[in-house]
Amino acid sequence: MSEKHPPQHAGGEPAGRAQQPTPAAEETAALVSVDTAGGAMEPSAVPATAQSGQLPGGPDTLLRKIFTGSGMVSVLAVLLALIIGGLLIASTDKQVATTATYLFARPTDFLAAVWNAATRSYIALFQGSVFNPRGNGVAAQFAPFMETLTIATPLITAGLGVALAFRAGLFNIGAQGQIIVAGILAAWVGFALDLPMGLHLLLVLVAGIIGGAFWGGLVGVLKARTGAHEVILTIMFNYIALYFLRYLLNTPAFQRPGESNPISPILDPTAVYPQIFGSQYRLHLGFLLAIAATVLVWWLLNRSTVGFEFRAVGANPKAAQTAGINVSRSTILVMALAGGLAGMSGVAQVAGTEKVLTDGVAATYGFDAITVALLGRSTPWGTFAAGLLFGAFRAGAVQMQIQTGTPIDIVLVVQSLIVLFIAAPPLVRAIFGLNPRRRKPARPAKSREAATTGGAA
Amino acid sequence: MSTTVSSSRPGNPQPGNAGKDAAAATVSAKPVGWKTPVFLAAFALIALVFFGLLAPNQTASFGISTGSDFFQLPAIQVNAFAGGLVLSILLLGLAAYAIYLKTRGKPAPGWLTVAFIVLFVAAFLIWVVGGARTPSISLAGLIAGSVTLAVPLVFGSLSGVLCERVGVVNIAIEGQLLGGAFTAAIVASMTQNPFIGLLAAAVAGAAVSMVLALFSIKYLVNQIIVGVVLNVLVSGVTGFLFSTVMQANKAQFNSPPGLDIIEIPVLSSIPVIGPILFRQSLVGYLMYIAVLVVWVGLFKTRWGLRVRAVGEHPQAADTLGINVNATRFWNVTLGGAVAGIGGSFFTLVAIDSFTKEISGGRGFIALAALIFGRWNPIGAFFAALLFGFADNLQSIVTIIGTPVPSQFMAMLPYLVTVLAVAGLVGKSRGPAASGIPYVKG
Amino acid sequence: MVRVLKLELRGITKRFGTLLANDHIDVVVEPGQIHCLLGENGAGKSTLMNVLYGLYEPSEGDILVDGRPVSFRGPGDAMEAGIGMVHQHFMLVPVFTVAENVALGAEPTKAAGFLNLDETRRRIKEISDQYGFDVDPDALVEDLPVGVQQRVEIIKALVRNAKVLILDEPTAVLTPQETDELLDIMRQLKSGGTSIVFISHKLREVKAVSDTITVIRRGKVVGTADPAASTTELASMMVGRAVSLTLDKAPAQPKEKTFEVRNLTVIAPNGQHVVDGLSFDIARGEILAVAGVQGNGQTELTEAILGLQDRVHGSILLDGQELLGRSVKEVLNAGVGFVPEDRSVDGLIGTFSIAENLILDRYDQAPFAKGISMSPARVLENAKSRIEEFDVRTPSGALAAGTLSGGNQQKVVMARELSRPLRLFIASQPTRGVDVGSIEFLHKRIVAERDQGTPVMIISTELDEVMELADRIAVLYKGKLVGVVQAGTSRDVLGLMMAGIPPEEHVQAGKAADTTSTSTSDAEGGDHV
Repeated sequence: MSEKHPPQHAGGEPAGRAQQPTPAAEETAALVSVDTAGGAMEPSAVPATAQSGQLPGGPDTLLRKIFTGSGMVSVLAVLLALIIGGLLIASTDKQVATTATYLFARPTDFLAAVWNAATRSYIALFQGSVFNPRGNGVAAQFAPFMETLTIATPLITAGLGVALAFRAGLFNIGAQGQIIVAGILAAWVGFALDLPMGLHLLLVLVAGIIGGAFWGGLVGVLKARTGAHEVILTIMFNYIALYFLRYLLNTPAFQRPGESNPISPILDPTAVYPQIFGSQYRLHLGFLLAIAATVLVWWLLNRSTVGFEFRAVGANPKAAQTAGINVSRSTILVMALAGGLAGMSGVAQVAGTEKVLTDGVAATYGFDAITVALLGRSTPWGTFAAGLLFGAFRAGAVQMQIQTGTPIDIVLVVQSLIVLFIAAPPLVRAIFGLNPRRRKPARPAKSREAATTGGAA
Repeated sequence: MSTTVSSSRPGNPQPGNAGKDAAAATVSAKPVGWKTPVFLAAFALIALVFFGLLAPNQTASFGISTGSDFFQLPAIQVNAFAGGLVLSILLLGLAAYAIYLKTRGKPAPGWLTVAFIVLFVAAFLIWVVGGARTPSISLAGLIAGSVTLAVPLVFGSLSGVLCERVGVVNIAIEGQLLGGAFTAAIVASMTQNPFIGLLAAAVAGAAVSMVLALFSIKYLVNQIIVGVVLNVLVSGVTGFLFSTVMQANKAQFNSPPGLDIIEIPVLSSIPVIGPILFRQSLVGYLMYIAVLVVWVGLFKTRWGLRVRAVGEHPQAADTLGINVNATRFWNVTLGGAVAGIGGSFFTLVAIDSFTKEISGGRGFIALAALIFGRWNPIGAFFAALLFGFADNLQSIVTIIGTPVPSQFMAMLPYLVTVLAVAGLVGKSRGPAASGIPYVKG
Repeated sequence: MVRVLKLELRGITKRFGTLLANDHIDVVVEPGQIHCLLGENGAGKSTLMNVLYGLYEPSEGDILVDGRPVSFRGPGDAMEAGIGMVHQHFMLVPVFTVAENVALGAEPTKAAGFLNLDETRRRIKEISDQYGFDVDPDALVEDLPVGVQQRVEIIKALVRNAKVLILDEPTAVLTPQETDELLDIMRQLKSGGTSIVFISHKLREVKAVSDTITVIRRGKVVGTADPAASTTELASMMVGRAVSLTLDKAPAQPKEKTFEVRNLTVIAPNGQHVVDGLSFDIARGEILAVAGVQGNGQTELTEAILGLQDRVHGSILLDGQELLGRSVKEVLNAGVGFVPEDRSVDGLIGTFSIAENLILDRYDQAPFAKGISMSPARVLENAKSRIEEFDVRTPSGALAAGTLSGGNQQKVVMARELSRPLRLFIASQPTRGVDVGSIEFLHKRIVAERDQGTPVMIISTELDEVMELADRIAVLYKGKLVGVVQAGTSRDVLGLMMAGIPPEEHVQAGKAADTTSTSTSDAEGGDHV
């Protein structure tokens, strides 16, 4: 067992290594291998740098460096994704096509058309999501921003659910299903029960969270008891939840009387979230709850023993187990909590924006939540910010489609490109010519071991 | 699994005993769990109660021949109650045998599980049809339809096999299918040639795969993340282009000429088998060829040995002069091409135009088929067939009107998969290095 | 037909980032020689060999084969040039057969790329017969014992006509007897014209088999030595200063026996009894060392005590309390300190900060937590004092533990476990992959814990470490206790015990037994350094 980590031993001052500016590839590779606990398990979905808790003080130069570095990369990644999205928009634009026919004669026309097509769409996007200068009065001008917050609400809570599970090393693709099950329970409590103001809403919220927690926790139980992979389980559970919802919407208990479409009765007025700024905006109490949930998840992860357990299990389950942490219990608990958070999104949908239950209750929030969590690097406030950004995209895309005819799907493209680029900082740096200097591909310390013993999990 | 066996069991004997110890280890190396026997018993009991004791006393009729067969076989008539009872007793027998084997410390053989699944499906079928308003279906049609529906699943799961065997998890099958479907439609429409469309679909699938390969191999991004995100990306791009390009000019961009069904004379008229094997589209025939080629390739050729070595122990492969990352890159690309061809099935065979999300989550079922089929092309093929069967049954039961809501039938593949990964497949292991990026040094 | 080959490394330098793993190394391997590279853990031996084998590209320097400079772009080129390597961690695909493993990368094929393994089987049989290897080409590698796997590795090299065979720490996983057999094989290969580069830090083996010894320290060649040189001489060359080969420890003062294991049996998932009816006890103020070749039940034994194993029968009593059936947390809280054998997998979370790792099994206890709320300030405070006390070389406790060297990582684990009142201390492979300076430190801490009156159990596959630390030695073989002998039992007896032969069958056994004779009487002295 002598030379598992040759470079680290050889230099004698290994700690110095961390502070050296390392080439990107080496950095990533080293993190991957750290991520895999020497290959003892699959690489974590979470950047290694985000796995340690936040400790106050300490000359934390390495972490600070990486975070500032990645902050830069995040901005560039968004920019790059917007550029590519813009090019895609331009490529189908009529004006661009027309000018392309005489491209060589007057290339400026063509470039102007490209620029116009892309910026027109993005301006519409901005006006639809943040501030609309043509609005009638201040209230109307800020209406788009309120809409952004409204749409961001379920994205944030579901994103937190995905992020929390990530931190415990679990890939929760199941937010979609968790939202659906939460929506089913919450909606039923909302339209079927007759309860006083306050209590009714509380019960709706609790029912939704329990529904999501149950659906997520079930995956946790199956994973902990049978070792089945959570990615497969959650994907399957999404479909099971969806078909179950469709079935329910055709039963008398859920289908609105006298209606042949699969749609539930409207929720009682006592069961819906109050609107924060009055009836002119859709923004509802759920957004404040999403902020509260973000604070709670931050505290849970960074300041609580439960979070310590989650992170330990996520980073190295074997070491966690050896240190006395009950890995099975953590797996079940974190999946239940993740489901509960996604459940809050379900409640936000049925008690906040939709006020009825349809089979589109989850829209694509569950899947978007994955990209939100990834963009947020699985940290609570990062997820919050990513939720706001994607909420803005969603809200603005509607306006964009109305104003410029650019299909909403462009949001999916931009969203996924952002996540792809953020996951590959060296690519982004290379595209923007930021790689400090070229070096030979380095061979990082532990990766070799990672590959050797790979798949022990 | 540690490669040094340092973590393995005692048994580091005197050199003289090496042979003996090796033999002993072979016998005991496969863990024998209670999970499979218990699962089998539980399902046998379910069959006994629902398909047997609670079955309707009605005769279910299964047509075997279709009009075009060159000889006609009579339809099979089964009393649902009696049939269910007999089959469930057989199932109980199999479960009992598995338990008996377990008490003797032996695992249930593979045929037992397969036989169990077949009998269970048969019992289920009799129960469903027996309880229907019109208790009669064409078995031949059901099976032929299942094969048809399974085509994209088979291609998708083959893509998964090719990628995972070389050590890259492919969650992007859905995106590869969708990309293939879109490209096939648009290229075939523009060229008015379905074969070029087919080729273009393969290229599109390969392109999606190349992104997967690039990010996971070169940039070491978590493979599941890339896969998930790629699905979204492809969905976005195809959705965008569908709305802007295809809908603007449907005649020019979204009216692909289809691939015709090629009937092989005489052979296609054999009852049941004929339509399955000899009345297929080009894509259907390609499916059979692809399954065989991938299987032979993986297990009988130099290429396959290297691919599997890279997926199991990349560093060992590297020390023997095999370029791990290049092998991974090209196999993942190949996998994408295969899935792309599967995608073309949607727009060139099944439906005559592209619509948004036309793959409808089948990429994920293909993923399930891959696991259910234990990372083996043949296994994946049969698993895909099973899922295609469930899919087909869903539409048929809606027509004949059974007490089972169609939504539950639609749920079946997913439920089966959950059961499979949680129980039946159990400890079955995929390639050891799957999902782990390889960094030299 | 026997082509001999002369291999020269000139000024080989290998940098990882800013780290210098190899610093202008010159080595000449003459044809038909066994050339030993001697150096302690982390000296840069393996890095050098990976450069030679084409796995790493040298930052500077040349490799010369028969006087001609060559450049290897990969292992394929090295093999082409007649260089073969047996890695310390075997490079075998576990689910492949022997033949498939041997064929891989140079597969004989029929038409159209179809494999032709018959050819490979024939070659394996041929080589197997020539050297008396007794390897079945159709056995699955994962079913083979370690010693046989090693032979498969050698066959792999020989099939490719290796003229220079690099053996990287080949004896680490072998019993003393198997080691002797391997040394015989090496001599046989040499007489057949194959040169061997033998990488090791075990002085006795090196002296037994080498023709030339090159000593490497901190990435540099510090000189060559004659195999006839004394152990002390070689050791001080390797470490760079005079080393005391024996640990300075006072005789044990065993008190009452507070830890008892009775009829302990652990059943593996495959039904095998991996620990089979063990009974032993440890007194307060005593170190019991468990010796044995890796994989004879040591891991399962410690896991059973800790509560990590499911199917365990028997009884484990600490201060009269049954530990069996309790959760890991309960066992730890009962005062059991545990240093796992593989720190990077079981002992540390590489991405967590050092501070967090230092409380990994006490994160939920005062003063670090109150209810479920943790106090990061206390966590850092604790880290400061532990880092100082255990001399962990790091600028800050907030750095990730994965950035530390092996020795410092082990200090973190040891610091964590020793910084609370213990009723029992178990350390598995306490100094594996650790530099000499740290080894001395860690050994002293272990003895100090003993002297405080804690029963201590050491599990080590390094016989030298066992002999140095132990007050009594228990030897495990195939999960069974071969015997418990007093410290000072001779290496030969222990070696035979490790191969499963009980001490009663040797004449010497028991004679050396004297509870207090702890100064290692072994003349050859701890060459573990």
